[in-house]
Amino acid sequence: MKPIKVLSTTAILGYGFPLASFEAGMRMNPDCIAVDAGSTDPGPYYLGAGVSFTDYTAVKRDLAIMIQAGIKNKVPVLVGSAGGSGAKPHLDWQLKIVYEIAKEYDLHFKMAIIEADFDKDFVLKAFEEGKVKPLHPAPECTKEDILESTHIVGQMGVEPFIKALNDGAEVIIAGRSYDPNMFAALPIIRGFDKGLALHMGKILECAAIASSPGSGSDCMMGTITDDSFILQTLNPARKCTVLSVSAHTLYEKTNPYILPGPGGIIDLHNTAFTQLDEERVEVKGSKFIPSDPYYIKLEAAKCVGFRTVSIAGVRDPIFIKETDSILEAVTKRVKDNFKNLDNYHLNFKIYGKDGVMGDLEPIKEIRSHELCIVIDAVAQSQDVANTVCSFARSTMLHYGYEGRIATAGNLAFPYSPSDFKVGAVYNFSLYHLIEVSDPIGIFKQTLVNV
Amino acid sequence: MKVKLLDLAKVIRSKNSGPYEITFDIILKDKETFDWMVKEKCINAELIASLYKIKVEDVINIIEFIPANAIKATIVRPMCSGDIRETDVYGAQQHAPLLTLEFEKRN
Repeated sequence: MKPIKVLSTTAILGYGFPLASFEAGMRMNPDCIAVDAGSTDPGPYYLGAGVSFTDYTAVKRDLAIMIQAGIKNKVPVLVGSAGGSGAKPHLDWQLKIVYEIAKEYDLHFKMAIIEADFDKDFVLKAFEEGKVKPLHPAPECTKEDILESTHIVGQMGVEPFIKALNDGAEVIIAGRSYDPNMFAALPIIRGFDKGLALHMGKILECAAIASSPGSGSDCMMGTITDDSFILQTLNPARKCTVLSVSAHTLYEKTNPYILPGPGGIIDLHNTAFTQLDEERVEVKGSKFIPSDPYYIKLEAAKCVGFRTVSIAGVRDPIFIKETDSILEAVTKRVKDNFKNLDNYHLNFKIYGKDGVMGDLEPIKEIRSHELCIVIDAVAQSQDVANTVCSFARSTMLHYGYEGRIATAGNLAFPYSPSDFKVGAVYNFSLYHLIEVSDPIGIFKQTLVNV
Repeated sequence: MKVKLLDLAKVIRSKNSGPYEITFDIILKDKETFDWMVKEKCINAELIASLYKIKVEDVINIIEFIPANAIKATIVRPMCSGDIRETDVYGAQQHAPLLTLEFEKRN
């Protein structure tokens, strides 16, 4: 078969790419232009609150270049995990950008919109039937976790993308998606091996991160053949090496030999990476093994409170020596002063001690001459969080600790105001597998003329 | 003779593998070093557990990945990413204790 070329523009839509790399990619006549727009990496807030972790202007810049080139060259443009987390508000945000681009550049195209939201009643029913199970080591979920989640998304497989392309979509904007879909859909339609197509997608979704020197904001080209796929960069400053590509296969994976996804796994036990020339790496032997039943990964977050933080520095060696007892005393004072308040969390992050690693930090004693203290209050309302943070801050500022010699104030504040109202705090509430019978129909798909 | 992991590895890093796990990647300089470390089981669950003061059961696996001359260890996160007491949402700065490792190597 004629090899298929897939152009990946950037690791996350909005992270940018050099125009020269993109143009070099377009000169090779790619068969599609694809990008992953999301991740759960930035934490539960963005999914829970329905906002993107990427920037509107930066996303618009990247997508405008991609869509213009796609329309001009008559090749599809595929975007997955729209708006970062891929729930309805993220998808709507992404679509607003697409419509703006179409208007500004007078572009007309067929667009498939694929939603990834799961109805709560549907999930609840599946849960009650035992069809929702945790992904180890996530805990079992509860009915409350499902009901209190703000948005529940499922990571769709490649099938809805295949349907959209078969229906004639020139642009696909999809909600939460398994990362490789956008890169694998066209090769699978043209009859290439699903294991190779998905493994290629698994690497291309991070674009030039799999090259050396790696970059999350540069393009990468994947070419799939009958029995392999070939990766190459589009920037002379970067090269694909066996190390850069195989090392990327490890990245963020528990077991790089078995990569689970919607409807099955990619098996890498027989995968071989070969250096073709100075810049290109060929990969062979990856297999897709379907699962029965078909599982979709659910993701959701719920609001657990509101946060206020205060940031302060400490330089006094006597304070530093007494840190643990001071924190204990401040915690106790807050508790005593507001006996009617409960259900709040007051934590201190002590940079210079264990601020980065917390319980995992093996070094227990403080070796630094200065500390940064973040007073962190989370409560059921912003007002209570403000109260707890403010009182902890003022108490610590003037606390008369053992051996104190500097009586003017214990903390150095870099900012006025000293306290920051962070707003709603979310936790992941679902990271579970759900059994589905129709991996296409469950994701609402609409074809529109833009 | 004592050899430092820092002198044997090209890459030592940590990162979330989903919000409930942290995975450590150690990519060795060459195949010879990788084969020696695998043969000696230098990186094992007990070592990771003692380094991070966690239970051995919380070390999910140790994987030797031949194509990259890499050894991986994955642990249960002390909390789900982004939970209230979180210190490192991406899990990208949990590798530092690995940088101090040394192994006995007979000539």
